[in-house]
Amino acid sequence: MIEVVSADRCIRCDICERVCPAFVFDRDETGLPVIARQDDCQTCFLCEIYCPTDALYVAEQAHGPTGITEPEALQRDLFGAYARSLGWSRGRAGGAENDPTRHIRVAQV
Amino acid sequence: MASRRKEPPAEDGRLIETDVLVVGGGPAAAWAALSAAETGARVVLADKGYHGTSGATAPSNTGTWCVPPGEDRAASVERRFKRTAGLADRRWMLRAADRAYENLQKLVEWGYPFPSEEDGSLYIANLRGPDYMRFMRQRVQKAGVTILDHHPILELLGDDNHIGGAAGVVRRTGAGFRVSAGGIVLATGGCAFFERILGGTGLTGDGHLFAAEAGASLSGMEFTGKYTLAPHGSSLNKGLPFRWATFYRKNGEVLRDARGEPVTNGIGGGERQVAEAMLSGPVYARLDLADPAMQDWLRRGQPNCFQPYDRMGINPFGDLFRVELKYEGTVRGTGGIRIVSSECGTGIAGLYAAGDAASRENVTGGISGGGAINASWAIASGWWAGHGAAQHARRCQNREIVRLRSLGTTGLRGTAERVDIDLADAARTVHAEIAPLDKSYWRTTETLETSRRTLEHVWAGLRQAKPATGIDRLRAREVASVTASARWTIAAALLRTESRGVHRRRDFPGEDEAQASRILVSGLDQVTAVREDRALPMAQEG
Ligand SMILES: Cc1cc2nc3c(=O)[nH]c(=O)nc-3n(C[C@H](O)[C@H](O)[C@H](O)COP(=O)(O)OP(=O)(O)OC[C@H]3O[C@@H](n4cnc5c(N)ncnc54)[C@H](O)[C@@H]3O)c2cc1C
Ligand code: SF4
Ligand code: SF4
Repeated sequence: MIEVVSADRCIRCDICERVCPAFVFDRDETGLPVIARQDDCQTCFLCEIYCPTDALYVAEQAHGPTGITEPEALQRDLFGAYARSLGWSRGRAGGAENDPTRHIRVAQV
Repeated sequence: MASRRKEPPAEDGRLIETDVLVVGGGPAAAWAALSAAETGARVVLADKGYHGTSGATAPSNTGTWCVPPGEDRAASVERRFKRTAGLADRRWMLRAADRAYENLQKLVEWGYPFPSEEDGSLYIANLRGPDYMRFMRQRVQKAGVTILDHHPILELLGDDNHIGGAAGVVRRTGAGFRVSAGGIVLATGGCAFFERILGGTGLTGDGHLFAAEAGASLSGMEFTGKYTLAPHGSSLNKGLPFRWATFYRKNGEVLRDARGEPVTNGIGGGERQVAEAMLSGPVYARLDLADPAMQDWLRRGQPNCFQPYDRMGINPFGDLFRVELKYEGTVRGTGGIRIVSSECGTGIAGLYAAGDAASRENVTGGISGGGAINASWAIASGWWAGHGAAQHARRCQNREIVRLRSLGTTGLRGTAERVDIDLADAARTVHAEIAPLDKSYWRTTETLETSRRTLEHVWAGLRQAKPATGIDRLRAREVASVTASARWTIAAALLRTESRGVHRRRDFPGEDEAQASRILVSGLDQVTAVREDRALPMAQEG
């Protein structure tokens, strides 16, 4: 589930609020996203990759929060991890042209 | 010609007029919108979520059924047909392969970043979800389609003869809106029955309910005994890495099959044994059959699969980790709205269905279409439905929304009694009747009858509930849709007294030649299930 919004990293662009398919975020008066409907989160990690500053962290547990904090996510280098492995960067798409899935599908049968 | 319109913020009762309304925001919706816009129709796409991230494809990485034209195509169809439990239709398979291939070529033409093969040719048989759906949104925008994000549709509007519009709610404000349209495509995806799987949150079978309220039938709802492995507690129902897994008990003891061989390949032969083992205790896995090259391909090719492990701090190639089988309902199962015409008509004038919202029996029969067929079906059926809806819109130019009735029932309009209802509790009850392995992986008359009674009770409660208002209407309709889908599933599963495809009956373990036909379900308060071969007159509709 979505668990961390880093107020330091966030530039208040409102992208996550718009793109979250489960409509999980609201914004406070300063424009900072607030996790308003956490239980609706579908743990899809997509808000992370759309965020231009890697300010969001989605923990892997789909049924409830793990309690992870911003310093811990930072220390374990978890911010932006999914974007990096896809080849997305600063909220922009990239890396699909390097997808080696064809090798997996050939070996699968 | 289609032109892009800037929409002002919605107020209650706002009316939008268009030629074609596409309900949904996944690949089927995108292709339907592009196809309708290509004919010059004005198109509105209304998505419950954000078109580009919502649905089952966006968070995944989907392989397609990509069969180039040529002599091998017929052979390819034949090979695949053999695996469809006798219920697919070769003609549909062939035309779906053809349409999907044509549209994959369009993606090439439009510059989608496909990877290259060693010889420099493009590998187009795989679409990486986040990239694909973001790309599709841009194409849809470019085609002049009006995209309404976070605008779930709640019900259809129609008269005795046809469907002419839909009504929905704006998630931000809770205000209502209506769309008047000449043709409507339901591309609302499958029903995940509130299971927490990738893309599952919005997949509550809303289109199934809308279609049934309009008088359409559903087909193949018993082929919902579909589960996929995932790291325990996660959302990651991606089976591919488990092709290289061995399975264990908690103490590290290897699971063995009847012949004493270790249980491996969790997306093939091993799945059933893993499921059996889970009935008697937790099961663990390790991806120990992947050599270093495969480990690298898996990590780079399926990066979403590794998010849970990386975040938990475990190495799935070296460490044992607990797994579960996630229930996937009609998302990777096959049932859905029955298709009665080549342009994906539902038999109700003006109403079309595409993608997972539709039954995929025509192309995948009684087995799962996950892994290839479903993605291609979403592309092909979306394309056909978009054309069909646009043509229908052209035929009926005189549209008067004032004459249309609201067709929504349960969740929107209660009976006189008006009792308070706990929707979260209803959702949990329905999930508990359908998702457990001993209810949907294996079925018996007894488990089905017990579920049926519980679900009838939930449905009666929903019928008597106070009608929801504002944004609460969305949840009320989602719970109604999931409950209705569960009731249709149970009715079809009770009628099919055999095991076939992903419908497994413990009390009827074998396939029965005499039951090699489809099962249609329909009805809301009174659910009926009939065999298609005994319901031929219905096939003449539309
Ligand atoms: C993890 C995973 C991996 C998969 N991998 C493969 C694969 O490798 N190969 C393959 O062939 N298939 C695969 N599939 C299946 C494939 O993703 C689906 O078949 C495909 O997404 C179907 O497209 P769709 O547009 O019909 O539905 P979806 O993509 O599910 O989209 C449904 C849309 O409807 C919207 N919606 C729902 N209700 C409403 C409403 N009331 N009003 C407005 N909008 C609404 C949702 O927001 C969403 O946008 C996979 C599925 C999953 C879950
Ligand atoms: S997308 Fe990132 S930067 Fe933009 S508002 Fe959300 S958290 Fe802040
Ligand atoms: S993980 Fe997905 S559902 Fe959850 S907040 Fe992020 S985008 Fe929304």
